Amino acid sequence: MTKEKGANIHRRDFLKSGAALASVTLASGVTLMAMGQGVAAGANPNVRWGLLIDANKCPSDCSACISACSNEHGWEDNGLPTDPQWIRKITLKDKNTGHENTLPLMCQHCEKPPCVDVCPTGASFKRADGIVLVDRHICIGCRYCMMACPFKARSFVHEKVKGQKTSSPRGKGTVEGCNMCVHKLDKGEGTTACVTACSATGNNAMIFGDLNDPSSDISLALTNYPSVELRDDLRLNLGVRYLNI
Amino acid sequence: MKKLLILVLMIFAFFSTAVLAQSLFPNIPKATGNEHPQGNEFMRINHMDMLRHERDMTMREGIRDVDNSLAQCISCHVVKGTDSKPVTIESEEHFCRVCHDFAAVKLDCFSCHNSVPEEGLKTSFKHPDANGSLNAVMAYLEETAK
Repeated sequence: MTKEKGANIHRRDFLKSGAALASVTLASGVTLMAMGQGVAAGANPNVRWGLLIDANKCPSDCSACISACSNEHGWEDNGLPTDPQWIRKITLKDKNTGHENTLPLMCQHCEKPPCVDVCPTGASFKRADGIVLVDRHICIGCRYCMMACPFKARSFVHEKVKGQKTSSPRGKGTVEGCNMCVHKLDKGEGTTACVTACSATGNNAMIFGDLNDPSSDISLALTNYPSVELRDDLRLNLGVRYLNI
Repeated sequence: MKKLLILVLMIFAFFSTAVLAQSLFPNIPKATGNEHPQGNEFMRINHMDMLRHERDMTMREGIRDVDNSLAQCISCHVVKGTDSKPVTIESEEHFCRVCHDFAAVKLDCFSCHNSVPEEGLKTSFKHPDANGSLNAVMAYLEETAK
């Protein structure tokens, strides 16, 4: 048996390797968390990412945000009742006047997310920067979060998934939903696929930014215009707000 | 005479098991890229713990600049099929499957993660430098001692 092929470890080598593990793990922990030597600091607790969507600027026949999200994350909605929808268009109609509005609806990234409250494994969680995510490593697919969500923002993956995006892993038997393009935010791109697509169409119905930064575009818009959150009676303090609905 | 027979049998048994072991042991595909500074034996024993530790850091805390990621593993340990495209986990030749099949250990990373590197994805990965890490710890300890 050659050395390259063999997996027979001598006790001495094993002990040496154990020592190496300790130093590397300790080092990466220390480097990343305490020293921050030019490495990504991770989710910033001083930031709260949010979206502001102007329903008046959102034409009923446009679905650019949906296709952008689908391309970015690799999910497909072919119209089957079990297909995932990370973001969808809904129509609101005023029964008295007949006035109709369309708007995109996705995970609202609540400050107090009901999906996190009900999750039995801790898979549904809120990151330090306010993004609500599913840790699919420990999701058991019970779908309590889907029932708890007032916005039907989460989907269950019913079919086996192939050819996932490296930046957006997804698989059968777990729950998924809008992750605010967390991989882009962690890279420092500071925007999401839907917002980029919305700007590209010229509609500019969506503004993305840090709700905690008073000088950000979204905070200025929120100060200047009367926005609402959906189902404000639930007092969840949503990260996504709407104008003109 | 009996002793000689036993000796002959023992020698035969030894060689036959050696040959058997040689043929059954997985033929681990060669990887591209730099060698692991910790060595292959270390990686064989510890890769799952390293991945688990850093998956939680990435997922929960958003720390993406980690030393070990699954995407990094499969970008170097890619196995090309007969059509010169990377083989997926459905092929027995996939790097991860070669050993996992041999050890009969179920591998469920790829029920969610892609088992081939994404085309056009930049892989600017580098392996952690063991000495560099040690220096980082020493610098940190000196810093905190002040």
